[in-house]
Amino acid sequence: MKALAKILAPLALAATVVPALLFLFKAIGEGPMKATMLGAAVVWFVFSPHWMKGGSQ
Amino acid sequence: MERVVNKSSFCAALKGSRILESEEIPGGAGGEFEREPVPEKARKGSSAFWGMYAGEHTAGTEFMIGPLFVAWGASAFDMILGLLLGNLLAVLTWRFLTAEIATARRLTLYYQLEKICGRNLVVLYNLFNGILFCFLAGAMVTVSATAVGVPFGESVKMPTFDQTWPTGFVWCLLCVAIGAAMTFVAVRGYGFVARVGHLAAPWMLLVFVACGVVMLAKLDSTNLFELIDPPEGAPRRIGFWGIVFFAWFCNAAVHLGMSDLSILRFARKPSYGWASAAGMFLGHYVAWICAALLLVYWVRQFGVDPQKGAMPGPMVFDAVGVTGLLCVAVAGWTTANPTIYRAGLAFQGMFPKMTRTTATIIAGAVCTVAGVFPAVAMKLLDFVGLYGTILAPVGAVIVVDHFLARRLGLATDYAERQGIRFNVAVLLAWAIPVAIGLAIYRTQDINSFMLPLPCWLACGALYILFSKLMNRGAGSGLSSDPSCP
Repeated sequence: MKALAKILAPLALAATVVPALLFLFKAIGEGPMKATMLGAAVVWFVFSPHWMKGGSQ
Repeated sequence: MERVVNKSSFCAALKGSRILESEEIPGGAGGEFEREPVPEKARKGSSAFWGMYAGEHTAGTEFMIGPLFVAWGASAFDMILGLLLGNLLAVLTWRFLTAEIATARRLTLYYQLEKICGRNLVVLYNLFNGILFCFLAGAMVTVSATAVGVPFGESVKMPTFDQTWPTGFVWCLLCVAIGAAMTFVAVRGYGFVARVGHLAAPWMLLVFVACGVVMLAKLDSTNLFELIDPPEGAPRRIGFWGIVFFAWFCNAAVHLGMSDLSILRFARKPSYGWASAAGMFLGHYVAWICAALLLVYWVRQFGVDPQKGAMPGPMVFDAVGVTGLLCVAVAGWTTANPTIYRAGLAFQGMFPKMTRTTATIIAGAVCTVAGVFPAVAMKLLDFVGLYGTILAPVGAVIVVDHFLARRLGLATDYAERQGIRFNVAVLLAWAIPVAIGLAIYRTQDINSFMLPLPCWLACGALYILFSKLMNRGAGSGLSSDPSCP
């Protein structure tokens, strides 16, 4: 779980802001951007406790 | 506007400070190193402070402050450069005043005050602190309600910046439900919320950034100067120096007022005070500007009157969807909850026989009522200034005691040395400038955040004067603390 969290938690953080940047450069639409951000939020809160220092305590 | 992180890398610092500092008041429960200097082994490395400050200053209220600048007609130049300068001054204050004293004495604000002012005056300070905490938490309830209310559509009438009264029955019901839930969690203990707050901090900052980026996309421009500038003829209630002073003093009670002694006493070196830059330049610069862009877009796209504004909930939902609603709700919740808890502890300190549960319920009830009325949230810029005006001057007494007492021939830690419970010199030095400041605020057209600095300086000067006049028999020139310069 910890190894997976090490990959997925930072990816989730990236997926929180990258869709907005892609939207700025008109690479994706508004709907997919919002959906990706929501998915990223779920992934972040699931995996960050195993990745962040002190997160699981 | 403070966030509580949980038992993390910063656990010991937090346990012994933010939350438990209120427990150090007379009658309160115990805490870590509450009545002794923090020992070497309990001190923390710099990364804990950088993380703590970055998280703590990305709170629910940031969603209100950026748009309020737009509503007050701030120009782009004033906002972008004024915030830069104001936040820099705040960081310097943290570094060269708060961190210096914190690492020299390593005591909590409350214990430090008790040594100078006496126990009873600390109780009075705590009362003001508790009441102001309740109103601050009330603003968080209001902000959270704007997010939770979005799924209910038209049935919840959102308030506007000029509204001070509840907008309707459903709004009241929503705020009462949120306030009750927050109070319940605060009564049960804040562990879970603290954990969520800790985890949410980096994510929330990125949601702020995402909101800003999406707004740039929707406004079809990346020129912040062009976007933020108010239209010709728009009324201007705040200028460059107003923004500088707001950014500098919105946390006046924490840096000038020395509330952060309780945190920074765990720092190994005073240079850790630079960590406050993380909070200032991420939370109080990036987040405020991103939040401001939300209202700019609504003004341009939907024709919203900037004076009346639009609420954070609907704006972030429009920008980034459900993620935005989650962010507003989590930001409000994780900030309000520990604030209610702390206010409860402050009240408990006033009435030692009262249980913590009762005290927290009272604090939660006051906060909920305050949240129902949008006045505090809508006048957040003023409220934050008043908060600093009332509480920050006490910090000047500590600064005088630490840096100047020996040079001026005054006794340090006067109350402790004399065994008194109430130092009248401190009370007068605190009350006179604050009373004058509040009178000026009431009668003159002046922003409240311009007042903390003059009140703080006047308090320090008056403390020296009254100490010379009233505390003559205290063995002047002696310092009980070898850490005093």
